[in-house]
Amino acid sequence: MKEEKARASARVDGRGPGDGRAFIGMPAFPEAAAEAVGNDTLRANLRHATRTIRDKRAVAVAELDDWAELREAGKQIKDRTLHRLDHYLVQLEESVTAAGGTVHWAADAAEANRIVADLVKATGESEVVKVKSMATQEIGLNEALEAEGITAYETDLAELIVQLGEDRPSHILVPAIHRNRGEIRDIFRSEMGKWGRPAPEGLGDSPAELAEAARLHLREKFLRAKVGISGANFMVAETGTLVVVESEGNGRMCLTLPETLISVVGIEKVVPTWRDLEVFLQTLPRSSTAERMNPYTSMWTGTSDDDGPSDFHLVLLDNGRTDVLADEVGRQTLRCIRCSACLNVCPVYERAGGHAYGSVYPGPIGAVLTPQLRGTTSEIDASLPYASTLCGACYDVCPVAIDIPEVLVHLREKVADRGGRGHRLEKAAVKAAGWVLDRPGVLAAGERVAARTRGLHPGRLPGASGWTDSRDLPRMPAEPFRDWWRKNRS
Amino acid sequence: MSSPTTPSSRDRILGRVRAALAGAPDVPPPSRGYATAHTADDPAALLDLLHENLADYRAKVHRGTEAELPSLVERLLREHGAGSVAVPPGLPAVWLSRTTVEQRHDRGGRVPAGDRTSPAGAVPDATLTPYELDATDAVVTGCALAIAETGTIVLDGGPGQGRRSLTLVPDLHICVVRTADQIVASVPRALPRLDPGHPLTWISGPSATSDIELDRVEGVHGPRTLHVVLLVDAEDGGGG
Ligand code: SF4
Repeated sequence: MKEEKARASARVDGRGPGDGRAFIGMPAFPEAAAEAVGNDTLRANLRHATRTIRDKRAVAVAELDDWAELREAGKQIKDRTLHRLDHYLVQLEESVTAAGGTVHWAADAAEANRIVADLVKATGESEVVKVKSMATQEIGLNEALEAEGITAYETDLAELIVQLGEDRPSHILVPAIHRNRGEIRDIFRSEMGKWGRPAPEGLGDSPAELAEAARLHLREKFLRAKVGISGANFMVAETGTLVVVESEGNGRMCLTLPETLISVVGIEKVVPTWRDLEVFLQTLPRSSTAERMNPYTSMWTGTSDDDGPSDFHLVLLDNGRTDVLADEVGRQTLRCIRCSACLNVCPVYERAGGHAYGSVYPGPIGAVLTPQLRGTTSEIDASLPYASTLCGACYDVCPVAIDIPEVLVHLREKVADRGGRGHRLEKAAVKAAGWVLDRPGVLAAGERVAARTRGLHPGRLPGASGWTDSRDLPRMPAEPFRDWWRKNRS
Repeated sequence: MSSPTTPSSRDRILGRVRAALAGAPDVPPPSRGYATAHTADDPAALLDLLHENLADYRAKVHRGTEAELPSLVERLLREHGAGSVAVPPGLPAVWLSRTTVEQRHDRGGRVPAGDRTSPAGAVPDATLTPYELDATDAVVTGCALAIAETGTIVLDGGPGQGRRSLTLVPDLHICVVRTADQIVASVPRALPRLDPGHPLTWISGPSATSDIELDRVEGVHGPRTLHVVLLVDAEDGGGG
C-alpha cells in the first residue's frame, strides 16, 4: 500500500501531477500544445465541453437584464478591496479570530505547506480529505503532505479521476475534461482498490455508474475523516465568513464532518462586506457552470458550538500575489473569481488544451496569472503571454471585467525587455506566437469573436500594438491581423 | 493546536501589500446599479417561480397544506422505501405523525470525541454520528428561507433544520418551505435575512456533477433525491 501510494504521486511521463512545482520544466507553450493537438480524444472532448458550456452560459447570463451592472459592481468591489487589501486582511483576521478560528499567514508555497503539515501532524492523523482548491494545487500541497507521510484524498469526482489517473488537471471547472468515460472506467477499475474501496464488479461506463462508484469509494473516507482541507471562493472581512461554492456535495462533506478544518486561501479572495456576496453569488454560478445557482454553497464563520469542525484554521497565502498587486496593469488579474468562462470562449485553449499552459491555471487567465505569479524567467512562462490571438472574447465574458488582452500585451513587453535578440525567452515567445499564427482555425475563430464584439472595444483588435512594440517579435503592421496573415502566409 | 505563524510572515505580507499599493490612487466605494430583484413582489408569482426553478434543477416539488403534510411526508418516505428518518431538534412532531418508519431524533451538539465510529442506531435521542447518519435513509427538515429566482433553499441550523451533516449524509432529503413568510425573490433579498454567524447551506437541486463528458448526473455525495414541500394556505389549494 505504501509503495503504491508513493508511486501514485510519482511522475508518470516526465512531468508531475497537478502541483505548481512539477510543471516547472514543462516544454514551452508551442511544444506542449503540439503534443495536445495530436491527441484526438482530448481535442474532441475539449471542443464539445467548451462549446456546450459556452452556449449554456450565454443563456444563463441573458436571464439577468442587469448583467452589465452586476459585472461592473463585481469589478469595482474587487478593485476597492485590492486597493485597501492590507486593511481588509487585518479586519478579516480579527473577525475569524473572534469567531473561534486561527489565522496563519504564508508568504510562499513552502511556508503554507509547512503550516498545513504541522497542523495535520498535531492532530495525530495521517490522512486528510480535500475539496478541490486551486490554491492548494498551486502550492503543491498534496506532494508536500506526502513527503511528510500524510495522504491527501481528493474528493471532487474530476479530481479523483485526475489523482487516480496520475494525471494533471486540464480545466479549472472540469479538470478531467480530457478523459472520456471509457478511460475513466478503466482508471476506476484498476486504481480504486489501491486506495480504498475498489470499484464495483463489472463497472460500466455510464456517467451514473461511474458517479456511483465514486460515491461509494469516497463515502468511506468522508465518514472516518478527522481532518478536512479546503480553499474558499470568498472570505468576508466584516464577518469572518468563508464561502465554498460547489456541485457534488464533497465540499460539504469535507467542511462538515471532520473535527479539524484547514482552509488555504489566496489573499485576493477577501471581499469587504456580507452584502458584497449578493453580486458574486449571482455572477459566479452563471459564469461558471451556467446555472442560476450551483447545487451547494457552504458558508461558515469560525467555529460554532454544535455544528461542524471544532478546530478551524485559515491559512492566508501570498505566494506571488503581492508581486501581481504591485504591477499597475497586472493588478486587475487579482479580481479573478476562477469561474473559467474565459477558457470556454478561447480559440487557443480549445485547440491547445489545458495542459499546454504548464500550470494549474490554464487558458486566458493562466496566460496572464501564471507569468505574474512565477515571473517570466522560464521558457514556458515567457511564452504564455504569446498564447493568444488577442481577440478579446475572454474579456467579454469575464464577470469581473479583467482586460486580459491588455495584460497580455503588457506582459509581452516585459518578456521582450527581459530577453534580448536570440535570448532563450525571446525564442520561446516567438515560437508561441508562431504556433498561433500557423493555425488558420485559431485565427479565424478569434476573428469571428472579435468581429462580433468589435464595436465594444475596437482598441484591441487585430494588429494590436503590443506585437510591434518589440523589435524581436513578429512585426505586425497596422492593417487587420487577418489581412496581414493572409498576405504573409503564402 | 500548533501556534499561529510567527508575526514576521504576517508583517512581511502586509508590508509587501503596502509597498505594492504605495502611490496607487484610492478607489471609491462600488456603484451598485444592479437590481435588488428581477421579479415583482407578488407572493403568488414568487411561489410559482420558486416552484418552477426548483423543478428545473430536478428537485421534486409538491404543494400541500399544513393538514395534508403528515400524509404527504408518510407517502414520500414510503415510496422511497425508507426504513429510517433522521429528525432534527425542533421539527414539529405532527409532520411525522403519520409515518411508521423508525425516527432517529438528533439531539444536536457535537459527537463526543472517540464516539464517531459507534454502530448505527445505538442510542435513542443522541447526537447521530456520521456512521449512524450513513445508515439512515432519509431526513425531514424545515428551512430558513427559499429564493425564487434561483430555486434555492437555505438552511441555517435553526429549529427543525439541525446540524449540517443531517441534510448531507442521508440519501433522501424532504424539505418543507412555509410559503407565507419564507420565500424571497432574489439573492440580494436573501442575504440581509441571514445571520452569517450561523453555518449556512444553500441548496439548489440535488447534488450533481457534469465531470464525465459533461453529462449531468444527480447525486454524487449529497442526497440524491430532494423533495421540496411548499406549504400553502388551505384556500391556495393543496394536493401533493
Ligand atoms: S479571468 Fe474572468 S473569466 Fe477568467 S476565470 Fe477569472 S473571473 Fe472567470
